[in-house]
Amino acid sequence: MARAVTPQRKTLNTIFAWAIGLTIFFPILWTILTSFKTEGTAIANPPVLLFFDWTLENYETVQERSNYMRYLWNSIAIAGGSTILGLIVAVPAAWSMAFVPSKATKNILMWMLSTKMLPAVGVLFPIYLICIQLGLLDSKIALIVILMLINLPIIVWMLYTYFREIPGEILEAGRMDGAGLREEILYILTPMAVPGIASTLLLNFILAWNEAFWTLNLTAVNAAPLTAFIASYSSPEGLFFAKLSAASTMAIAPILILGWFSQKQLVRGLTFGAVK
Amino acid sequence: MTTTIRALLGATALSAIGLSATAQDTTLTIATVNNGDMIRMQGLTQDFTNQNPGIALEWVTLEENVLRQRVTQDIATGGGQFDVLTIGTYEVPIWANQEWLVPLDDMPEDYNADDLLPAIRDALSVDGTLYAAPFYGESAMVMYRTDLAEEAGVTIPEEPTWTDIMAAAEAMTDRDNEIYGICLRGKAGWGENMAFLTAMANSYGGAWFNNDWEAQFESEPWQSAVSDYLMMMENYGPPGAANNGFNENLSLFQQGKCGMWIDATVAASFVTDPEDSTVADSVGYAVFPNKEGVDNHGNWLWAWSLAIPASSEQQDAAKAFISWATGQGYTELVASEEGWRSAPPGTRTSLYENAEYQEAAPFAEMTLNAMNAADTINQSVMETPYTGGQFVAIPEFAGIGTQVGQEMSAALAGQQSAEEALANAQALTTDEIEAAGY
Amino acid sequence: MATQHSRSAARLMMTPAVVLLLGWMLVPLIMTLYFSFTDYRPLRGIFDCCVGFENYERFVTSSAFLDSVLTTLIMVGGILAITVIGGILLAILLDQPMWGQGIVRILVIAPFFVMPTVSALVWKNMFMDPVNGVLAHLWRAFGMAPVDWLSQAPLFSIILIVSWQWLPFATLILLTAIQSLDSEQLEASEMDGAPTLKRFWYIILPHLSRAITVVILIQTIFLLSIFAEIFVTTQGSFGTRTLTYLIYQRVLESQNVGLGSAGGIIAVILANIVAIFLMRIVGKNLDT
Repeated sequence: MARAVTPQRKTLNTIFAWAIGLTIFFPILWTILTSFKTEGTAIANPPVLLFFDWTLENYETVQERSNYMRYLWNSIAIAGGSTILGLIVAVPAAWSMAFVPSKATKNILMWMLSTKMLPAVGVLFPIYLICIQLGLLDSKIALIVILMLINLPIIVWMLYTYFREIPGEILEAGRMDGAGLREEILYILTPMAVPGIASTLLLNFILAWNEAFWTLNLTAVNAAPLTAFIASYSSPEGLFFAKLSAASTMAIAPILILGWFSQKQLVRGLTFGAVK
Repeated sequence: MTTTIRALLGATALSAIGLSATAQDTTLTIATVNNGDMIRMQGLTQDFTNQNPGIALEWVTLEENVLRQRVTQDIATGGGQFDVLTIGTYEVPIWANQEWLVPLDDMPEDYNADDLLPAIRDALSVDGTLYAAPFYGESAMVMYRTDLAEEAGVTIPEEPTWTDIMAAAEAMTDRDNEIYGICLRGKAGWGENMAFLTAMANSYGGAWFNNDWEAQFESEPWQSAVSDYLMMMENYGPPGAANNGFNENLSLFQQGKCGMWIDATVAASFVTDPEDSTVADSVGYAVFPNKEGVDNHGNWLWAWSLAIPASSEQQDAAKAFISWATGQGYTELVASEEGWRSAPPGTRTSLYENAEYQEAAPFAEMTLNAMNAADTINQSVMETPYTGGQFVAIPEFAGIGTQVGQEMSAALAGQQSAEEALANAQALTTDEIEAAGY
Repeated sequence: MATQHSRSAARLMMTPAVVLLLGWMLVPLIMTLYFSFTDYRPLRGIFDCCVGFENYERFVTSSAFLDSVLTTLIMVGGILAITVIGGILLAILLDQPMWGQGIVRILVIAPFFVMPTVSALVWKNMFMDPVNGVLAHLWRAFGMAPVDWLSQAPLFSIILIVSWQWLPFATLILLTAIQSLDSEQLEASEMDGAPTLKRFWYIILPHLSRAITVVILIQTIFLLSIFAEIFVTTQGSFGTRTLTYLIYQRVLESQNVGLGSAGGIIAVILANIVAIFLMRIVGKNLDT
């Protein structure tokens, strides 16, 4: 892969790429730094980057006001639950589309994607009424199912494009050996599909974690995730930059860390069939 | 389909772990707004749970716009997610008329509803029945920096006219040092810039509608009110004023960047708080201005109040909580914990008769006068078919007010002229009000 | 090739996904469709069935409607342009040999993990605030007057915020595509002395066309329903009211469910027109 380049060229590339990378990352860095400042330092003019008295008081204030762990747990449960449920429904569908394609396959796939175009605000009333009827307001189950449905088209598509890259001959060979449908999926397909599934899982976990419309509108206490947590810090009450930063950092840190650690897996499967 | 069912069961098990059951008999879910007084209350609930060991409290604290959307959605569909709602004087009569709220006529003995300020009590009652208990109340007034006024050589009379205000704003403005003569709300919203502009138009002799429900934006009072407002903000206001609401202006004033600020009386206790405010020692107060010859000071009246939705299944516990949170005992609790100045203002006569409060809160008298003077029935010198002061008490107002607010905000941002903004406001209001069948 | 048996098995395996999505699409859609023909205003206790096309007529004829469609198009178009062009450039840059490539990649993808609400809040308050924002400090440092981003350049500001969130996504997909480019082919052209620009135009860009369509398709789906960013920053003022936001105002702020539902149905129709249009292109591109 590595192409031979002159050291000067490499240095130039490095400087340029780092400059851009740091610029893109700066808002997050700034938020994290500000969360350790006092409110006064947070608005200091000129701004201070690193040399200030680091303090944890903002985190203490935020924790005092809201039970972070509960929001965090709800976020994990909802995002995780909807992703797993989505995979359970999507894997067979994507499998059959990829290996037993018919004329309708492409149309079904495109139709699935088009359901994502339903504007959430437009159907809030109906969904809210249904949730009342089923007694599912403020329950994680409702959110798990809804977020699963919202992300299902993306999951199916990602898996479909990934499965299609698996050569069909392997399955044929398996069938010759007398492998049934179950065995085919379990022993032949699954191992090959793991990277794709892992990447799908990660992407959908991130999407579900960051979903802010349904998670805010259908919850109150028991199911409220971090998107609801952040909604109570979003308007200024006097000086509030530092507190907002602390709350923001708490809301994004788990997913940021997860994302960084698993970025290889995420990137590997994140092609949506864009690469032939 | 079995996979789905299995998955659902898995999901159920997953979420069951998350439910940490509380030992108490009753759990109240309280929806509230994330402003300072409410957050203070959250911190003091130990006192309530000590008195009522059987009741646990769950807080849903949200930013004002989100809160309003959530509780309106829930009450309009009968969702029943909350046991106590934090709502304002705008919502109470409308929701009470729909029988969505529980009447508060059988509050515990020590609640003492007769102690409530008459203006607030009226605003929260329908046909003489109280439907929400005020947590804190406010009118509007002028807050100004006495030091800057002195430096600039201007005096602000106790009952200033808009001409006085404009002159003072000009004298106090010092852009090089980031001192802006006047800070006013510019952020679009019926409860943000339109609260101020409606009160301002009232004080110019205007109103939203005449007796035939015809929008009045093209009348002379609105035109001069809006053009004066824009002139002041352009010449003496802070940058980015079109995005400033109550909170942003509070922050600016506390940082010492505003010469004057005309806004809710409740701000007085924040701008004089030595911990948060750099100008705590030099704040003066004056009545909400009026235009020469118009005997009207805007008639701003608001109270964040606690109400119980009819769908709540724990109405007795909810009443116990409301009576604790809005009773005299709570005021004393806050006073003992944080000092009298922080007591929630504007709800009870007894607070204003308290000598300790009067001493700790130099703004007490001005607040009380402003609140008593606010007339929500005759909010304008014009005859109007509606009630309300800085808002119009009809269900459609929230939607219309915000749209008109966006027109005004766009004018303030320089995207359109005052005439265009008013013409657009006139057109859209006429359209909406006709469609609503008035 | 596929046997009858595997066909029916395949159909069976597809059923849960198809049935669930069909239900998810139809149930709310039919209810919305029903509401759109009613005069449903809960705050006034009005629920009158069947007012014909009155709601549709009102929604479409209000001056806000066309503006909102236009705003939506500009917003989505702007974000797509920035993320696709920026993504291509960034992907090419990241593909070059350099020190610390892995770390740079981590830095670049980070915004994708940030909740839209959080990113809007951070940008609005800590960066775009004309008094205390970082950008204001920066402007002052260069002796310029701070810009009030959200009221002077509102649409651009929102486009910037959303682009910041989606640039990593575009970059990642495009980077994978570039990395799959046959490096021999590139080297050969480098040897031939083909100028960089030409190489980009005739070799890299055609190779990326498939990835670009995928990026456009996926992003459009998500961008059409942008909500949190507008809600947090301008609340639809200053000409940033998209169709989604207009519906929100009708349904939730004005509590006119009938009118808002009519808007919802119109939005579905418009979105599907865009979808069909997009699918045509993508479908063609994906078949090859």
